[in-house]
Order: sequence, then structure tokens, then C-alpha cells
Amino acid sequence: MDRNKQKQNGYYYSLTRNMLLVIILVSIMPMIVVSSLILYEFDISYREKVHAHLEEVVLKHKNDIDIFLKQKLSDIRLLAKTFTYKELCDESFLQERLEVMQQIYGPVFVDLGVINAQGVQVAYAGPFKLGKALYSKANWFQMAMKSDYFKSDVFLGLRGLPHFIIAVRESWRSESWILRATIDFVAFNNLVENIRIGETGFAFILNKKGEFQTKPLFDISPNNKPYVDFLKDSNKFQDGICIVEKADNSGNKVIYVAALLKHGEWLLVYQQKSSDAFSDLRRTLRVTIAIVLLAGICIVAIAFILSKRMVNRVAEADREKEMITEQVVETGKLASVGELAAGIAHEINNPVAIMVEEAGWIEDLLEEEEFKDGENLSEFQRALQQIRTQGKRCKEITHKLLSFARKTDSRIQDVQLNELIEELIALSAQRAKFSNVDIHTDLQGDLCTIQISQSELQQVLLNLINNALDAMEKTGGTLNISSQLEGNFIVVGVADDGPGIPGANLVRIFDPFFTTKPVGKGTGLGLSICYGIIKKMGGDIEVRSTVDVGTTFSVKIPVPKNEDQTGN
Amino acid sequence: MIKPLVLLVDDEVPFVETMTKRLKKRDLVVNVAFSGQEALDILDKNRNTDVVILDVKMPGMDGIETLSKIKKSYPLIEVVMLTGHATVESAIEGMKKGAYDYLMKPCDIDQLMQKVEEATQKRQVHEDKIREAKVKEAMSVHGLE
Repeated sequence: MDRNKQKQNGYYYSLTRNMLLVIILVSIMPMIVVSSLILYEFDISYREKVHAHLEEVVLKHKNDIDIFLKQKLSDIRLLAKTFTYKELCDESFLQERLEVMQQIYGPVFVDLGVINAQGVQVAYAGPFKLGKALYSKANWFQMAMKSDYFKSDVFLGLRGLPHFIIAVRESWRSESWILRATIDFVAFNNLVENIRIGETGFAFILNKKGEFQTKPLFDISPNNKPYVDFLKDSNKFQDGICIVEKADNSGNKVIYVAALLKHGEWLLVYQQKSSDAFSDLRRTLRVTIAIVLLAGICIVAIAFILSKRMVNRVAEADREKEMITEQVVETGKLASVGELAAGIAHEINNPVAIMVEEAGWIEDLLEEEEFKDGENLSEFQRALQQIRTQGKRCKEITHKLLSFARKTDSRIQDVQLNELIEELIALSAQRAKFSNVDIHTDLQGDLCTIQISQSELQQVLLNLINNALDAMEKTGGTLNISSQLEGNFIVVGVADDGPGIPGANLVRIFDPFFTTKPVGKGTGLGLSICYGIIKKMGGDIEVRSTVDVGTTFSVKIPVPKNEDQTGN
Repeated sequence: MIKPLVLLVDDEVPFVETMTKRLKKRDLVVNVAFSGQEALDILDKNRNTDVVILDVKMPGMDGIETLSKIKKSYPLIEVVMLTGHATVESAIEGMKKGAYDYLMKPCDIDQLMQKVEEATQKRQVHEDKIREAKVKEAMSVHGLE
């Protein structure tokens, strides 16, 4: 039994598990596939977008810076062309020009200087005291003397501050002179420093040697591999711009965007950590993962609940099926017992008939003259009478058994219940008188007719009345028979004040073959048949009994719905 | 009163024998048959049979079938059914097919005698009426009225 139960539990467990797995698989797989596909596509397009955006920004700034440098150069060239060497050598005039330029262009130009072919600064206007300084050894001077104009890298120079120089060469009386302007490092630096995106994105400029031309926002080494790569291989630049993504020293992925400036002499580099650049993407990823996880948890929970519930239903259905099977088997057993009983009853009937006839024949013969004076005549007659009585008993038993096996007249008729009860009381009146029982009736007068098998109902009520009379046979008493309408039922009550039925017997009185009468007195089928008949009618039969007080049987008979149709 | 001529039909031989003795003792003339077919044969020879006492349950041709054959060939012969069943249905069917009455086995001999006498009387009355009608018819045909 226990093992069987265990086996069943195992079956339900595996059923639950399989259902759980199938539901989860079917629900989660498409979700994961779809969301990862979308995420992948989104990732690609977003990266492209970010790259394009960065390229755009860097390209724009490169152009800005190029234009800035070109403009400053043009300004200085204009100044050099417009005025003569003589005029510019006048320091107060030069000072005037510087102020004009500062007024127009802002504090971009820090100072102006005029240098002759020997490298001596002839005139100077500006905040530093650099009059008559000698530049003949300076790198920029030598470079400037070779071409028409020159833009230097950033250097510290004589003043010890980072700056860079724009120099324009002009000739006066077949001798070259140079107009030099210092560009404010801060103003230039701002151009680059303003390129800021996100938290880690910043830009700076390197020269060919890998030296910083602007101050980088963060502390970085100019010898980083990507910068060197950019400087070495200028073929990589398409449309003047190049974008790579590499891990830096600490392992974080960094995007580098580079563009060449100043005819390839300078390199504008923009760098930003990937995590920062793609922060939106990462946020989307996080949100997606969170949603997928949440949905997954929901699916698992629902799958769990659903499969549990389904399996419970299945288990319940299985239990019900088992119960029904048991009932069917039980009913089948009972039916076969009934059939067997009917067969036996029928077979016994014939021999009994013969026995009774033979006894009757002997009785006939006893009436002949020769036996009239026999001394045992009365004894013979008593014995024959006994045979006849017992034969009748056999007949009764077999008839009851047969009616148990197959129902008697079950044709539906219109029955007026009160009339039926009165008839039955008349039938029982004689017996009641012998048992010293008073029969009282309490019948509701206006009961409608009911559609029912008259003989079956007679059988039931007669059985109950006979039982009550049997119970009161020795003591006498009162039998109360009542009828009344209660809702959709007519309730017929048969109440005696006999000895009552003990509780242990009370639960078994409707079982077939249960009887408390002495052997040979009762078959134990009466109430069982009654129960079957009333149940078949759709009614109910109940019993209340108290020992020494009495027993009440209540028979509930269903009433047709349209009650007003009386007498039809 | 003429002794009624009775035919007793049942497959149980001891029952038939005893019953025959008892009926004869009560001044009946009794023929016996142990099956439906035999009963029909005997009736063919004894057209003046008054009452047939017929058991419902017999092997071969059963009581109901025998009854309908008897009623078809000899409508005036009355039939009393003996049934071993407690079922009212077979009795009702028998009554519908023209049986005079039914009794349940084992039956009281006095009851049976009563039924037989009633049935015989009924048959006599029927026969008398038919005879009277025939006489009247004959008289009218010959213009004696």
C-alpha cells in the first residue's frame, strides 16, 4: 500500500517536473532568442551611431582648429604686408597694432615682435620684457627663415611658459625680416579642451615627436601605443580621421579617435572609455537583462503554480476514477449476488410447490373413512399444517428475493398519497388490533397527486408500517402516520413509540440481509429494497431513533414542479 | 352438473401427478401434458376441454406462447395461469393474451378449484349463448319465427 502510494507520488512528481520544464522551455526560449537578437542589432547600430558621432565631433574640431591657425596666420600676414618694416620697428606703433588686434580678436595674441635677419628682436610689444632678445639659435627662427611663414610647436621658450609662435617672413631692401606673434596658449588650449563628451571623453593634440601640444585633461603618457601607432602610420586615416578601440593598461576598453592637423604635423586625439561612450547601451543592456530575469522568474513561478495545479487536478481525477471503479465493482458484485439470489429463489419455488401439494394430497387422503378414527389423526393434521405454513414462508422469502432482484410493477401512475396511506392503514388495522397498537394519522389535506409507481410506494410504506408494528408487537403503543408538503418534497412520516434502534444498528439498517429478527423471521431485505425504490424515485429516506422512545422514518417523495396541475 | 374437463400443463412431473390426484379427488376429469406442444395435441383430441391450467415457465414453448396458440385455435377454452415468478408482468401479459386468471405457485388447492369452477361456468355460459344464437339463426333462416 505504502509502496504503491510512493510509486504514485513519484509519478505525479515526474509529471509535475516534465510540465514545469516544458512550460519554462517553451516560454523562455523565444523570449531569450528574440531579446538577444534585438539587443545584438541594437548594439551594432548604437556602436555605429556613437562612432559616427565621435567622428563628426572630432572632424569638426579639427576643422575649427585648422581654421583658427589659418586665420591667425592670415592676420599676421596681413599686418606684415600692410605695414613696412620701418613702421613696425617703431615699438609704440607695434604696441598700437597689438592693442587693435587684441580689441578685435580678443586676447589671442599675446605679443608681437619684429626680428631682423640676424635674429635680433628689433621691436617688441607685449607683457614680457623681451626687447633685443636674440633668436638666431632658436629652432623656429631657423625654420621661419626658410619659408614664407611658420607655425611652431608648443614650447617653453625664453619666457618659460608654454606657448607657440606664428612667424611671417617679409623682405625689406633685399633683407629678410620676420614678424612674430605669440598665440595665447590658454585660448588655444580651450579650443581642444572644450571637446568633452561624457565623463571620460577628452581631447588633446600631439606633435610628430609625440609631445603634448595642449594640456590633456587627465594625466596620461604620450608614449601610449595607440598614439605612437597613429603617428607612425598615417595611411590609416580615411577622410583624415581614424577610429580604433583598444584596451588600455588597466584593461579598460578605450575608444581612440584621431585626426591629422596642420598638414600632418599635429595629431588631434580624442579618447573616451568605451563604458562611458556606450553608457546608454549598457543601461539598455542592464534594463533588458533585468526585464528578462524578472520575466523568467515570473514564468518559473507561473509554471510552477500551473503545473502543480494541473497535477493536483489530475491526481483528483485519478482518485475519483479509482473511487468510481471501486463503486462499479461493488455494484457489479451486488448485482450478481441479486441475480444469483433470484435464480436460487426461482429454482426453490418449484420443489416447495411440489412439497406443499404432496402435503395437501395427504391431507385429502386423511379425510377418507379409514383414517377418520386413527389415533394420530390430529397429530398428522398438525404436521401437515406445519408443512404448509413453512412452505408459505419459503414462498414469501423467495418472492421477496425476486422482487429485490427485479423490480415489481414500476409503471408510473397518478397517485393520491393520502388515499394510498388510508388503504394501507385499513390493510394493517387487523394486525394493529392484535398488537394493541393505535394508529393515528396526521395527513395534510390538500396534497397534489404525484407521478409515481403505486405498487412500489405501497411496498415501501407497507414495509415501514409492518416494521413499526413488529417493533411494538409485545408492548403495544401508538403509530403516527403523517404527510405534509415541504418544498419540493412530500414527506411521509412513520413514527412508533417502540423500543427504538440502538446506534450501532442504526447505520446498518439499510444494508441488504441485515436483520435483528430471529432466524427464519426476517430476510433483512425489506428496508434495503425500500431504500433502493425511494432513491430511484429521486427521493430520500431518513431514520431517527432513540432507544426506549421510538423510531421515526421519514420518506421524502419528490413532487412534480408544476404543482397546480392537480388531478391530471 | 357435468364434471369439468381440465387439462393440466406443467413440466414438473411430480407436481402434475400430485395435482392430478387432488383434482380428481375433487370430481374433476383431468388430462395432463408435460409441455406446450403436448398440450396442443391433447386439446386437438379433446375439443370439449373446459379449462387449461398452464404453468408459465416451461422449457421449449413457454406458457405465454402456448396460451396464445390455445386462444387462437380454441377461443372458448378458458386458461388459468400458474406462475412461479413473483413478477406481475408475466401474469399481466397472460391476462392481456386472454387468460382467465392467474395464481402464484405454490397455490392453495381451494383457490385453484374456485378459479376452475368460475372458468368452467364462464365457458358454459358462452357456449350456451352461442348455441342459443345458432338456434335463433337457424329458426330465422327457416322462417320459423
